[in-house]
Amino acid sequence: MAKVLIALALAGAVAACNSGPPETEKAAREGILLFGNGSEPKGIDPHLVTGVPENHIISALVEGLVAYHPTNDLEAAPGMAERWEHSPDFKRWTFHLRDAKWTNGDPVTAQDFVYSWQRILSPELGAEYAPMLYVLKNGEKFNKGEIKDFRQVGVKALDARTLQVELEGSTSYFPLMLQHYSFFPVNPRAVEEHGGMVDRQSGWSTLDNFVGNGPFKIKKWVTNQVFEVERNPAYWDAKTVRLNGIRFYPIDNVNSEETMFRNGRLHLTSTVFPDKIPFFRKTMPEKLRIDPYLGNYFYRLNVTRKPLDDKRVRRALALALDKKLIVEKVTKGGQAPATGFVPQGIPGYEPSDAVQFRPDEARRLLAEAGYPGGKGFPKIEIMINTSEAHRKIAEAVQELWRRELGINVGIYNQEWKVYLDNQSNLNYDISRAGWIADYVHPSTFIDMFTTGNGNNDTGWSNPQYDRLVDAARTAASEEERVKLMHQAEAILLDDMPVIPIYWYTRTYLKDPRVMGWNPTLLDNHPYKHVWLSTEAPEAGK
Amino acid sequence: MTRFIAKRVLQGILVLLAIYAVTFFLVAATPGSPFSTERAIDPVILKQIEAFYGYDKPTSERFVTSLVNVLNGEFGPSAVYANRTVTQIIAESFPVSLKLGSLSLLLALGIGIPAGIVAAVKRNTWLDYVPMSVSMAGICLPTFVMGPLLALVFGLILNWLPVGGWFGPEFVILPTATLGFYYAAYFARLTRGGMLEMLNQDWVRTARAKGVKESTIVWKHCLKGGLIPAITFLGPALAGIISGSFVVETIFQVPGLGQWFVRAALNRDDFLVLGLTVLFATLIVIMNLLVDIVQVALNPRLKYD
Repeated sequence: MAKVLIALALAGAVAACNSGPPETEKAAREGILLFGNGSEPKGIDPHLVTGVPENHIISALVEGLVAYHPTNDLEAAPGMAERWEHSPDFKRWTFHLRDAKWTNGDPVTAQDFVYSWQRILSPELGAEYAPMLYVLKNGEKFNKGEIKDFRQVGVKALDARTLQVELEGSTSYFPLMLQHYSFFPVNPRAVEEHGGMVDRQSGWSTLDNFVGNGPFKIKKWVTNQVFEVERNPAYWDAKTVRLNGIRFYPIDNVNSEETMFRNGRLHLTSTVFPDKIPFFRKTMPEKLRIDPYLGNYFYRLNVTRKPLDDKRVRRALALALDKKLIVEKVTKGGQAPATGFVPQGIPGYEPSDAVQFRPDEARRLLAEAGYPGGKGFPKIEIMINTSEAHRKIAEAVQELWRRELGINVGIYNQEWKVYLDNQSNLNYDISRAGWIADYVHPSTFIDMFTTGNGNNDTGWSNPQYDRLVDAARTAASEEERVKLMHQAEAILLDDMPVIPIYWYTRTYLKDPRVMGWNPTLLDNHPYKHVWLSTEAPEAGK
Repeated sequence: MTRFIAKRVLQGILVLLAIYAVTFFLVAATPGSPFSTERAIDPVILKQIEAFYGYDKPTSERFVTSLVNVLNGEFGPSAVYANRTVTQIIAESFPVSLKLGSLSLLLALGIGIPAGIVAAVKRNTWLDYVPMSVSMAGICLPTFVMGPLLALVFGLILNWLPVGGWFGPEFVILPTATLGFYYAAYFARLTRGGMLEMLNQDWVRTARAKGVKESTIVWKHCLKGGLIPAITFLGPALAGIISGSFVVETIFQVPGLGQWFVRAALNRDDFLVLGLTVLFATLIVIMNLLVDIVQVALNPRLKYD
């Protein structure tokens, strides 16, 4: 009986089966990109979201003053601003807006940007990314409620098409910061109609009410299923846009995502499982992509706890790690062993080579600290958030320390939110961490270890470091700033409240039909330059 | 019977209140908050966010407020997903789980119960061994093995069926099969056990001795009693299956309720955790009540009391 029913079920399955070309081929003919986007977006309000999947969607729907350049990370492409100029000291910037329209027909004006920046900086909104705008004159004071009048903040609409911005310090890379979605405009009419400027739950950023100004507009949003955008004919540069639409699929599970890719249902995956990289290298090298990615994987050391309060111990731990071994045998995704904290790849910033594998020196430092050959070294533990990938790295580190220093450290995993809590309360010895740049500049990595910075989380404080970072913020020239940043990084790597382990890469699968998808440091791929070839060298199966 | 139902409904309400209270205080005592993120939030900003969601108030006060709201049918916003209320999230995803669950259950009953009856009637023949071995395998193979296996065979090797998503009838087949076969295995074994117990009764022997046809014995006299174990299992199974399976939904990208149970807990999305708990507990209470009523109808030895 069961057999008969199974046979019937199978017959039904065959009847319903989708013969013919794979979805990826059909979609390519329709000009629709099928995009594995990790997880369900937590929202699409550029002033309230913080995540990568959200960024992928918002950058299709909204465009800021400037846009990402398809290949050059250090160049801001014109966006809503067709051109801009700055004062010689990089403190005053003037943006000239083009004739562009929102999807509700309103013109995009300089006042819209003033409104938008006031919105994200309003303390009542509680925007997590508001600190990105502290670069504006009085931005921080307004956000912290020390100034009530937004007119004192450094942004002003000189007329409908001219926006003038005053900065706290001279910032030559300001246009690169503007690429970040926290600086994106929102349509004031839409926001006001649905709850107002500072309402976190205002209904403007929903499927029905969203108003954007980007190359695409929202078409369909079914929770946990798909977020679809279609070409926006009113976009100022619509003629450059080659895709007719993008379907973002929220797929949390790496294995499901891979199966869907191989089933011909995705053009791009959000990631791949590290252990499978050698397999993909062998079986589908034309689909495996390993791109640079501006981020670093590191361990935080809690300097308020013994024995990690001793700089010699911290240095010993760092110098005893053969990181080449870790990237080759464990992570396998073409990552670079980290020799400094700021990752390689930032043009104009030579990465530090201060942290090398020097086991002899490590052993000597450990002996000096009172633990020759690891004798008497107290039991300390590495805290990781629950994940197989982090565990494997921690196990490698554990073994390397045992081998080189003769010490035994433990590993324990914590559920994500508990891990975050413990890390910010300094309730750990060693904590696994990672950091991805918000914009292409070393400051996105260096700023976080100043005294009292919310992302420091190590208990480390160094007045000289703070002074250098402060000086860099207001440095008169970029050369000067880079010099100060190098000095600050040298202090960080000498005092070693963190152990850099590797510099990230982005590993994912890409259908060969996807064209114009260039590797960039922040993994940004301005969609208007992306297109789909209908003549794939091989039918993706 | 009316008194029985009224009493059970009252009991159910008390149970739900207790579950709500326990869940609320457990959630409140769990480390981590819906607003903690990898990138530190400035304390000034964090205070604003907490005030917006009422987290600046003491726990007891929050409990009273939330209970009053829930009694008014107001489950509040998701603390993590902007612009979405708990009610919206449930309204969107529950129908999906309901569809997947009902289809799977139909499949499970359609295969499990006949297989169990046949196995009991043809005891110790291949008609018993084969379905029972298959069902043993079905119980032992968890859905997280069965799902990817089916996806591999029917999706990647044969390329007959889509392996993820929820866009049309063909997308329903693999998740339904994965979930359905798992429950079918249970129903088959429970039905076989129940039927065997009936078939071994003295009155069955008497009936056979008196020359009653075997088919009459099976269908008319034994089936009702033989199904009781399966029906007892049906109540909680129904509540569980229609409120979504995290594993199956994750494997096949089904936008159902099951994913939210796990995601809400991981995100510390307190309002959503509470809303889902209330929903699930209510389902369980209702299903158990229905099962009790059906059981009395099937089993004359039971009485409403």
